Amino acid sequence: MAMMPHADPAGPGTLIPEAPSVPATPGQVQAKSRSLFRRGWEVFAENKLALAGLGFVIFILLFCFAGPHIYVTPQVTVQTQNYLCHPSSAHLLGCDDLGYDVVGRLMVGGQNSLKVGLAAAFVACLFGSIYGAVSGFIGGIVDAFMMRIVDAVLSIPFIMVVIILAVLIHPSAGTLILVIAATYWPGPARLVRGETLSLRTREYVSAVKVAGGRNSRAVLRHVMPNAIGTIIVQATFAVADSILILAGLGFLGFGVPPPATDWGSMLSNGLQYVNLNTWWLIYPAGLLIIATAVSFNFIGDALRDAFETRLQRR
Amino acid sequence: MTGYLIRRLLQTIVVTLIVTIITFLLLHLVPGGEVRAILGIRATPLEVRTYSKEWGFDQPLYVQYGKWLWQLMHGNFGFDLKQNAPVSTLIWAALPRTIVLAFIGTGVGLLIGIPLGILQAVRRYSVLDHVVTGIGFLGYGSPTFFVGLLLVQWFAVNLHIFPAFAPSATSIGGILADPVALVLPVATYAFVAFALWSRYMRSSVMDNIVQDYVRTARSKGASERRVLWGHIFRNSLISIVTLLGLQLPVIIGGAIFIEVVFNYPGMGFLFYQAALNTDVQLMLAITVLTTLITILGNLLADIGYAMLDPRVRYT
Repeated sequence: MAMMPHADPAGPGTLIPEAPSVPATPGQVQAKSRSLFRRGWEVFAENKLALAGLGFVIFILLFCFAGPHIYVTPQVTVQTQNYLCHPSSAHLLGCDDLGYDVVGRLMVGGQNSLKVGLAAAFVACLFGSIYGAVSGFIGGIVDAFMMRIVDAVLSIPFIMVVIILAVLIHPSAGTLILVIAATYWPGPARLVRGETLSLRTREYVSAVKVAGGRNSRAVLRHVMPNAIGTIIVQATFAVADSILILAGLGFLGFGVPPPATDWGSMLSNGLQYVNLNTWWLIYPAGLLIIATAVSFNFIGDALRDAFETRLQRR
Repeated sequence: MTGYLIRRLLQTIVVTLIVTIITFLLLHLVPGGEVRAILGIRATPLEVRTYSKEWGFDQPLYVQYGKWLWQLMHGNFGFDLKQNAPVSTLIWAALPRTIVLAFIGTGVGLLIGIPLGILQAVRRYSVLDHVVTGIGFLGYGSPTFFVGLLLVQWFAVNLHIFPAFAPSATSIGGILADPVALVLPVATYAFVAFALWSRYMRSSVMDNIVQDYVRTARSKGASERRVLWGHIFRNSLISIVTLLGLQLPVIIGGAIFIEVVFNYPGMGFLFYQAALNTDVQLMLAITVLTTLITILGNLLADIGYAMLDPRVRYT
């Protein structure tokens, strides 16, 4: 695999006077020096799919978290008179087998799916990044051993571990976050470790040692912030993956337990009535899962491009 | 080569040991221990104590681990109390079925994904590239089970073209004798796999297309076809071999969903049933076995890699 050609970077946050480069948007006058963030954003914004993805993610966050305050539906008490009611003006997407309004259910379920997805990705990437950075920074036999643990965890089919954990520990939104994170961290760990190997020999990291800083300072304040691109990109993909894993768990019956729900559990529940042609129980939840996962993937792809370009243009 | 092989084998042994420790410790995560998981939350302390003594759960952890590992090394996965059969009997009946389905499914996915990935890289930013990338995004943004269920709904329930259930024959010959029933499960597998492989192949070919050896090949007058298939394709395939090894856990993990959707009595289905019964022992046995298969697959992939690419051997 070809290595990324990037110049020797200066310290974090340092602004380098830029050589006149090709403007990101033609015809636009470029300021002499702009923040790295701005340049990254421009590359990101060029990608229409990523903007669409970002737009959808913002929409779905509003839909799930602000939606229930505008579109008020009872989601706690069962309304048996509404059993599997068809979509109508009163219930835009009909009702499920307990009489819950499906649109409202999608909001409540989405809250759990998104919360678990985002939190699991955060925990997994935080732990994985620190693990990888420490392993790569220390190096030697400790690194070799720490990476064998990563190899081991990576070779266990993670969905099986997730299911075992979900069976053993009674699932709730909180434990599902930990369960998914517990199996997801090796991926980010391996990537950040690779990044750390190239970062730890840089002058500014050696300078920490010379200045009397501790290793923890070098790792947390210098190595990890410089690997932040890799970490953020990985975290974005992790959100998509976590949402899909949670949906899978919901399908198998190990999702967020009732009366709460998540998109996967909704889907699994709706499948019982598939012979009654209750499309509104299946397609909306399924499409929301796919659209959310695809959106995060779009964003992740564009972020990777943005960070790579940022490095290249330095 | 020998040095590389020895190093790689040692790594494999260490990883295998760590895997057994992790999976063994998973058992002890249960509040109240695995005995509670087996007997249920209503068991009295006396029952728990009696059962622990009878099955050796009262011994120190490392003793239990040692015994478990010793049995494992002899191919003894224990006796399954829920299904009243030796675990190995249950597994050996299910394993070939999973291998057949995963093999065919992944094979079809590769056969579609690799040529498409090459085409995409060669005709970058063409309509075809965008369309395949778009379908690919759908492929890895969709939960496997949902793809399977949609296929069942459309092609089995609505159109009556293919049966909704996978072949239920017990022997491999019996499974292969019913190819029509295999279509939907294989299609589900292939759809998810194709998305992944076309993407890997696209980026792998794009990495190779700019390499110096490609320019050399062109400058010595090789035809475009020869450059593509004789040089770029062969070099791109090398990284696919390693990725195939790394993807094994995902391939086997995906089997759970496909087998549950299509009622196919393989390892994934067995695992699902074990999960529903809180049959921890069977779940662990399946996990350990599939992990060992994965590790072996990774080892084979790496050896294959070293044979294909001399650079690996000397680093």
